[in-house]
Amino acid sequence: MSLLHPLILMLLIPCIGAIAIMLAGRVHHNFREACTFATAILLALTAWPMAIDVAQGARDSITFARLSGSLNIMLHTEPLGALFATLASSLWIVNSLYSVGYMRGNKETHQTRFYVFFAISIAAAMGVALAGNLFTLFLFYELLTLSTYPLVTHKGDEATIKSARVYLAILMGTSISLFLPAVIWVTSLTGGEFSLGGVLQDKVDAPTAGLLLALFVFGIGKAAVMPIHRWLPAAMVAPTPVSALLHAVAVVKAGVFSITKIIIYIFGVEWLFSLSTTQWLVWITSFTIIVASLIALRQTNLKRLLAYSTIGQLSYVVMASAILKPMAEIGAALHMVAHAFGKITLFFAAGAIYVASKKIDITQLAGIGHRMPVTMTAFTIGALSMIGVPPTGGFVSKWYILGGAFEADNFLAIFTIIASTALNAAYFLPIIYAAWFLPENQAPKNPHGEAPWPMVAALALTAIFTLGFFFFNGPVIELERQLVGGLK
Amino acid sequence: MNLALHYPVLQVIIPMLMAPLALLVQHRKLAWLLASVTSLCAFALAIAIAQLVLQGSSYAYPLGGWQAPFGIELRVDSFSAIVLIIVSGASTAALLAGYQSLAQDIEEDRASLFYAAWLLALAGLLGIVVAADAFNIFVFMEIASLASYILVAGSSDRRALPAVFKYLIMGTIGATFYLIGIGLLYIMTGTLNLSDLEVRILAVEDQTPILMAAGFISVGLALKAAIFPLHAWLPNTYSFAPHAVTAFLAACSTKVALYVFLRIDFFVFQRTLSDHAAQFSIYLLPLAVAGILYGSAMAIREPLAKRLFAWSSVAQIGYIVLGVSLVSQAGLSAGILHMFNHALAKGAIFIGIIVLASQCQQLTPTALNGLGRKHPLIGIAFVVAGLSLVGIPGTAGFVSKWLLIDAILEHHRWSIALLMVVLASSLMAVVYLAKVCETLFFKTPETTVVQPLPKLAIALLLLVSFANLIFGVAPGLPLELANNAASLLLEHTL
Repeated sequence: MSLLHPLILMLLIPCIGAIAIMLAGRVHHNFREACTFATAILLALTAWPMAIDVAQGARDSITFARLSGSLNIMLHTEPLGALFATLASSLWIVNSLYSVGYMRGNKETHQTRFYVFFAISIAAAMGVALAGNLFTLFLFYELLTLSTYPLVTHKGDEATIKSARVYLAILMGTSISLFLPAVIWVTSLTGGEFSLGGVLQDKVDAPTAGLLLALFVFGIGKAAVMPIHRWLPAAMVAPTPVSALLHAVAVVKAGVFSITKIIIYIFGVEWLFSLSTTQWLVWITSFTIIVASLIALRQTNLKRLLAYSTIGQLSYVVMASAILKPMAEIGAALHMVAHAFGKITLFFAAGAIYVASKKIDITQLAGIGHRMPVTMTAFTIGALSMIGVPPTGGFVSKWYILGGAFEADNFLAIFTIIASTALNAAYFLPIIYAAWFLPENQAPKNPHGEAPWPMVAALALTAIFTLGFFFFNGPVIELERQLVGGLK
Repeated sequence: MNLALHYPVLQVIIPMLMAPLALLVQHRKLAWLLASVTSLCAFALAIAIAQLVLQGSSYAYPLGGWQAPFGIELRVDSFSAIVLIIVSGASTAALLAGYQSLAQDIEEDRASLFYAAWLLALAGLLGIVVAADAFNIFVFMEIASLASYILVAGSSDRRALPAVFKYLIMGTIGATFYLIGIGLLYIMTGTLNLSDLEVRILAVEDQTPILMAAGFISVGLALKAAIFPLHAWLPNTYSFAPHAVTAFLAACSTKVALYVFLRIDFFVFQRTLSDHAAQFSIYLLPLAVAGILYGSAMAIREPLAKRLFAWSSVAQIGYIVLGVSLVSQAGLSAGILHMFNHALAKGAIFIGIIVLASQCQQLTPTALNGLGRKHPLIGIAFVVAGLSLVGIPGTAGFVSKWLLIDAILEHHRWSIALLMVVLASSLMAVVYLAKVCETLFFKTPETTVVQPLPKLAIALLLLVSFANLIFGVAPGLPLELANNAASLLLEHTL
């Protein structure tokens, strides 16, 4: 085992980066920020070649440590994980740019601590992406919860601690009481290694498979399938860059990624489709999508609205993988990317509005489009992507998911997608309308323009990604086609 | 002369001889240095013994060349090796970390007495582990107990005195029960040597005095090991003892009692008592489960940091007992490995307490407020140790918990229920750890005492916390010893 193995490097780089950031923080804050960027860029430079290799069909795996006979820490590459790792590491660069603007613009304290734990969280997310067996997945999943906890509690006041308690209690509670038993169960039956086509056939009967699926879906609380969703709005007390990268990309995607990976690599899509005891998953995710959208309709706080929208969108991914058809599985992967681009843009915009004007309520946003045109343009693009309007990334993934739903004749899924599109439009369009076309309620005390330039640059970039994904999604589709290659 | 052959006796004799020497050194720092170096020697010897027993299975040492059953025999094997490492390691770490903290508790003129008592306690605990006959185990047990009463009473907190009195009464009852038990065994078999007993007891199997002996010995040692419901002495003793003493005793004293319990039970009684395995698990398993749940629940309710972790010890002892009460290879090795891992986690926790306590006047419930925020490195090391206690993957505590769950699932009627218990108590551990973390990181600090940080203690805290992570991904040596020990215990069946 060499430390220079790319898989090991992808864990090590952010860890070493965290130490470097900590030390650099004592010297000068510009030096510290330089360390963050260097780490993020290095990580992305390691992730991209890995993803390209995987796209060309190469597979790699490495056993990191052997604990006992059946238990070892193992990393491997496969299309879904490569996509997730590349996505998270690349967006980390953009997010760092944004963080610098936000943290300085907002005059936050303890900035060094913030960047250190951010880097550690990214390391944990990489671990989740590259995990080669269930145990490793669980290990990094827990590490991700723990390393984001200091980020959620960043403010450190009474209300924050209360929310963070909810965050920790729900995520740890579900993972220990549901996810862990499932991991133990599957590991004792099969060894828990991920392998395409699944490992559970012939090992368990249909009811047990349904039970296991339930343990996984509800145990992986990060996927925020109702009723395990309360932590996500609670986590919104964190600074916006955290909400943006972690609670729109890394953490929540780690949840839906884990579920999708388990469905594809542990259960096996075809076997699961043949069982009648696993159909409930489409129902519960449909329920989540609709209800989360309804709750989002009633929110006035912009970040909470985005949180509930995230809950709904996450269930899209889970539902797509639960449709269990090749096109839907590709759609799940695509939606992970499309939603990541769109939602990070929306959070960036929300943070930019807060830094520039201290506004957090959607009722205060009337006319803000004229003061912050770039920000609100990006917001509009992000919102359109959430609704699924072409030419945005959200349209592509919805197209594939719908295709999969028709393939499976799953009318519930079709109905849900249509209904939620309408609901998404219902809560996003009024904001966009008010921002652009309504006059300001009252002139702000200190007339403001755009937020600091790093933030604007970051959100403009992600907005361009959102648009770009509509046109240049070929490589991703090719990559993920490998997931279902054997299924056609 | 092959020195390696003499390791078992050196293990005991060095600290025992150094104890009076420490008394003669009428100087605090020198006495501390002597004790630390001696303890370090014992630790090195323990590691050396572990290496040796991994090559062969076990070896005996006739004291003074007198062969057993006439002479005194010492014996080391994988099981004793892992406990030797725990005891000597805990003593070394606690001594090195505890200098400043002990200096606050113990007056100058009593310091050398205190360190002499420490070395005696160490010698006694190590002696229990290497002794191969039931009576010498008793002798060493008395040495260790009497010395540790002195250690606990050394605290400047006057509440330590009633606590130590309770500890003394309970400990004496336990030792007496044990003595009655081996007396009965001696009457029936005419020998005290364990390997001799193992053979001769077959001639008198299942007779009433043997059953009585088994009962007395088990209850006596369960009291010493603080197995629920005989744990009453533990919380107060741990919370009012000097911090360094808590670190030492919490990591190893109950484990040594458990060691004797297992050794005598499996070596001597396993072949004699009909249905030994079933009886063993019927009595112990419910107690283990109750201990796990009760200890965790009490820990959640407890505001005081030291008592909180003392209660968590009650729960953790429950885990060890749960593992061994499964009476299977997997269960025993999980339990024995958990002895090691728990010592590692709890040792780090209490070393952390030593460090944190140096920054406040008294360990009141609010004294630790905000200290983690002021000293992030210490806070994080403390939290890592806590995570190991909870059993978060990547830490040592997880490995033994995983093996325990594996063993439970292997074959047991109530496997699902037991699994629930383990998971529930892990959740409870998350709760009490979160409580401590919130105190450390989010409460506003009280008027703080600006005292120099104990550097050595911090270094040890970091070292032991780091060890929790290392053994979480590479449990190599302790796991191997635990596996060997488990098969050793089970070998003594018919």
